[in-house]
Amino acid sequence: MTTMSDVPLTKDVEGDAAPLAEDLVVLDGVNKHFGALHVLQDINLTIKRGEVVVVIGPSGSGKSTLCRAINRLETIDGGTITIDDEPLPAEGRGLARLRADVGMVFQSFNLFAHKTVLQNVMLGPIKVRKQEKAKVEERARQLLDRVGVGNQADKYPAQLSGGQQQRVAIARALAMEPKVMLFDEPTSALDPEMINEVLEAMKQLAREGMTMVVVTHEMGFARSAANRVVFMADGRIVEEAEPQQFFDNPKSDRAKDFLSKILHH
Amino acid sequence: MFDFLDLQRYDLFGAFWVTAQLAVFSAIGSLILGTILAGMRVSPVPLMRVFGTGYVNIVRNTPLTVIILFTSLGLFQTLGIAMGGDTFTETNFRLAVLGLTAYTAAFVCEALRSGINTVPVGQAEAARALGLSFTQVLRLVVLPQAFRSVVAPLANVLIALTKNTTVAAAIGVAEAALLMKTMIENEAQVFLIGGIFALGFILLTLPTGLLLGWVSKRVAVKR
Repeated sequence: MTTMSDVPLTKDVEGDAAPLAEDLVVLDGVNKHFGALHVLQDINLTIKRGEVVVVIGPSGSGKSTLCRAINRLETIDGGTITIDDEPLPAEGRGLARLRADVGMVFQSFNLFAHKTVLQNVMLGPIKVRKQEKAKVEERARQLLDRVGVGNQADKYPAQLSGGQQQRVAIARALAMEPKVMLFDEPTSALDPEMINEVLEAMKQLAREGMTMVVVTHEMGFARSAANRVVFMADGRIVEEAEPQQFFDNPKSDRAKDFLSKILHH
Repeated sequence: MFDFLDLQRYDLFGAFWVTAQLAVFSAIGSLILGTILAGMRVSPVPLMRVFGTGYVNIVRNTPLTVIILFTSLGLFQTLGIAMGGDTFTETNFRLAVLGLTAYTAAFVCEALRSGINTVPVGQAEAARALGLSFTQVLRLVVLPQAFRSVVAPLANVLIALTKNTTVAAAIGVAEAALLMKTMIENEAQVFLIGGIFALGFILLTLPTGLLLGWVSKRVAVKR
């Protein structure tokens, strides 16, 4: 499956319901400091509906902070973030409602340790969306099947491998039927042999037309699943391009330097 | 040898029944109030944090005798708050429960807060990311795990509470320690009487400790 064949499918699926190139997530002049450290510097980024944007860059470049700022797990000092034309509320009910529409997958899975896999997936729809329990359970089981952990539904997170836990985390986020999914280094805490099963679930999601922001070090995933690669360094977006162009012919020296270090071994 | 133990004259079981009631009502009250205080201490609202911290630091560092005497002398005799009691006995009992609850809640709060710190921050973030409100995150994700990790320390708090009920004697609640005082004044067998009451308290507290120790192992969250 190549990127080229992904795109038309994505847009056809979304095309019926929404205009083709609608902006879903818009970051405008976003700034953030951690004390003296200027982690996000004048970030302008627009993510269209159905688009898969992969954010890469060296450690400490601000890519995780950027990802977490989109659902306000990190506050920002300046600029605006809008999701589906709605500015990000500062706190309270408005913020909770918005977060319900933004799925998030973390590096460390963060499953609720005292609940079973099935309960993890059902919690959001029941408590936030107030949906009927029987329907939620049916959907939760479908989602778990979809990411390949349906037979683990009644186990506790600690009984699962890292790769299985991360796929449960993806199912938990999907259960909320989000408009956009954020992935904050979803494979960085996994043993090498488990990375592919998670990436495969993410690729499937991308094929189905989900809008995705993925912070990752997996260049193979960026190449094959992304519509666009955003390269960050020192708190700035240094380069934005289609994956083919970015990996084969990077423009900035910073990106060339980064790619030469990670690709030639 | 046990001639002095005239159960017609000294209502030993009645006194320990009052002790047990004091302990149970205060335990329920302090678990509820302590949980609310712990919630305040981790709340995003600064005013709540200030109140929770202030409450714990003031109450925890005040002697229980002072608090219990204040409920009687201050709340009841000065301000006329009788807690809905019709008789002195009823009022004093309720005041004692109030004082014990207020005091023990500070310790419950701190035990619980140490439990909250054992729950990985990421889980609370994941819960917020799903769109749960602060109270939902606390109620559904953080507190259930926090409670499980502090059952053993909470057992300590409840055992201390059971023994602390003896301070209620200071405002005339007819619990075990008050009866012991009366018996020691009237009878000669000081050591035996002391031994009987010590045994009575051990019979109340030892099962509490054993039971909660067992519960603690049962409910531990696997990580």
